Amino acid sequence: MNKASIEICTLIIENRECGGRADQTILEVAEEYGIFIPTLCRLSGLSSIGACRMCLVEVKGSNKLMPACVTKVQEGMEVTVNSERLAEFRKLTLEMLFSERNHICSVCVTNGHCDLQSLAQKLGVNHITMPYIHPHVQVDASHPRFIADHNRCILCTRCIRVCQEIEGAHTWDLMGRGTKARVITDLNRPWGESESCTGCGKCVQVCPTGALSEKGQAAGEMLKRRTFLPYLSMMREVGK
Amino acid sequence: MTKAKAAKARVATVWLDGCSGCHMSLLDIDERLILLEEKIELVYSPLVDAKVFPENVDVALVEGSISSEEDLHKIKIIRKNSKVLVSLGDCAVTGNIPSMRTVFSLESMLERVYDENATINQQVPTKVVPKLLERVMPLHEVVDVDIYLPGCPPSAENIFFAISELLEGRTPDLTLTARFGA
Repeated sequence: MNKASIEICTLIIENRECGGRADQTILEVAEEYGIFIPTLCRLSGLSSIGACRMCLVEVKGSNKLMPACVTKVQEGMEVTVNSERLAEFRKLTLEMLFSERNHICSVCVTNGHCDLQSLAQKLGVNHITMPYIHPHVQVDASHPRFIADHNRCILCTRCIRVCQEIEGAHTWDLMGRGTKARVITDLNRPWGESESCTGCGKCVQVCPTGALSEKGQAAGEMLKRRTFLPYLSMMREVGK
Repeated sequence: MTKAKAAKARVATVWLDGCSGCHMSLLDIDERLILLEEKIELVYSPLVDAKVFPENVDVALVEGSISSEEDLHKIKIIRKNSKVLVSLGDCAVTGNIPSMRTVFSLESMLERVYDENATINQQVPTKVVPKLLERVMPLHEVVDVDIYLPGCPPSAENIFFAISELLEGRTPDLTLTARFGA
């Protein structure tokens, strides 16, 4: 790949003139300029899919809100990251994530180290305006080392992506639609019976909440270790 | 009543379906309780003798979720009689641990607790104790809430800050210090 031939764009993000390569996303350029855009499903080192809608931004000339993690920059683009409308949508989306499952932070293994919990605080979500659904969902403790607690899952699909893209096992996948959607192992078999799972635990480490955790952890004890990811994705690039 | 006494803010604290941990955290403000005592009159609380929630309450701090018909009855009176209602702690704000039973039907939950897991005198209580609601709710699902103070429990620091700000007539900004779960 001839990197020198890649087009350079200048654009405005949050009233600041920024420059980026045409193959970069709004989020990547914003981060280079230290402009904060909230994210939840995105994790550096994995592909971006725009699932969580936290990084929605306004682009001048378009009525649609664009997910910054998958929208490529364009010459002359004017991007708004913070507006009342965006703040309201982000809060509402977070609230829906909380109301859709049973996120009982106080007794969760990741209490105090949870991406969902800390983003809620950062964006000023101090209560959930819609009624909780309280779905009856399962906890899969069949794996000898790990637990999948679907009460805490926000369907970010980081587990699916790390398993497919980094480990290459594709044990995790998604089943069902809407509020009935679930992450599954193999063809919806118990995790402990999975034939494709290598037991590497990467899914556990990238999970933003307490949905995937190591066994034997009490409330607040599950710390996620994600430092391996930039290294492995760099190695993957080198190997190409 | 002296003039100084009349100027005191009328504060109430209430314990609905919670573990009283929020009240323990309130007591954890330690020596600053004396500072508060100079500014407030505690008109209703598990910590004082009043049995009926009084009228003209300036600030009501309510711990716990709405889980029974009694809670439902109480919160409506509390709202009617209070100028500022503070949702104190995760049970009041989110339903928290009490709400974990909502994923099961009330009937199956009662059977599990009072029949299946009981070793003697198996029966679901129907007398004296208030009837449980099918669904456990945070306060704001039933009444309007003015201030949300999440945490399990909220820190003594946050409780003291919230009360102090309210006494000064300001709305406490707890965004940076209070979150669900702690």
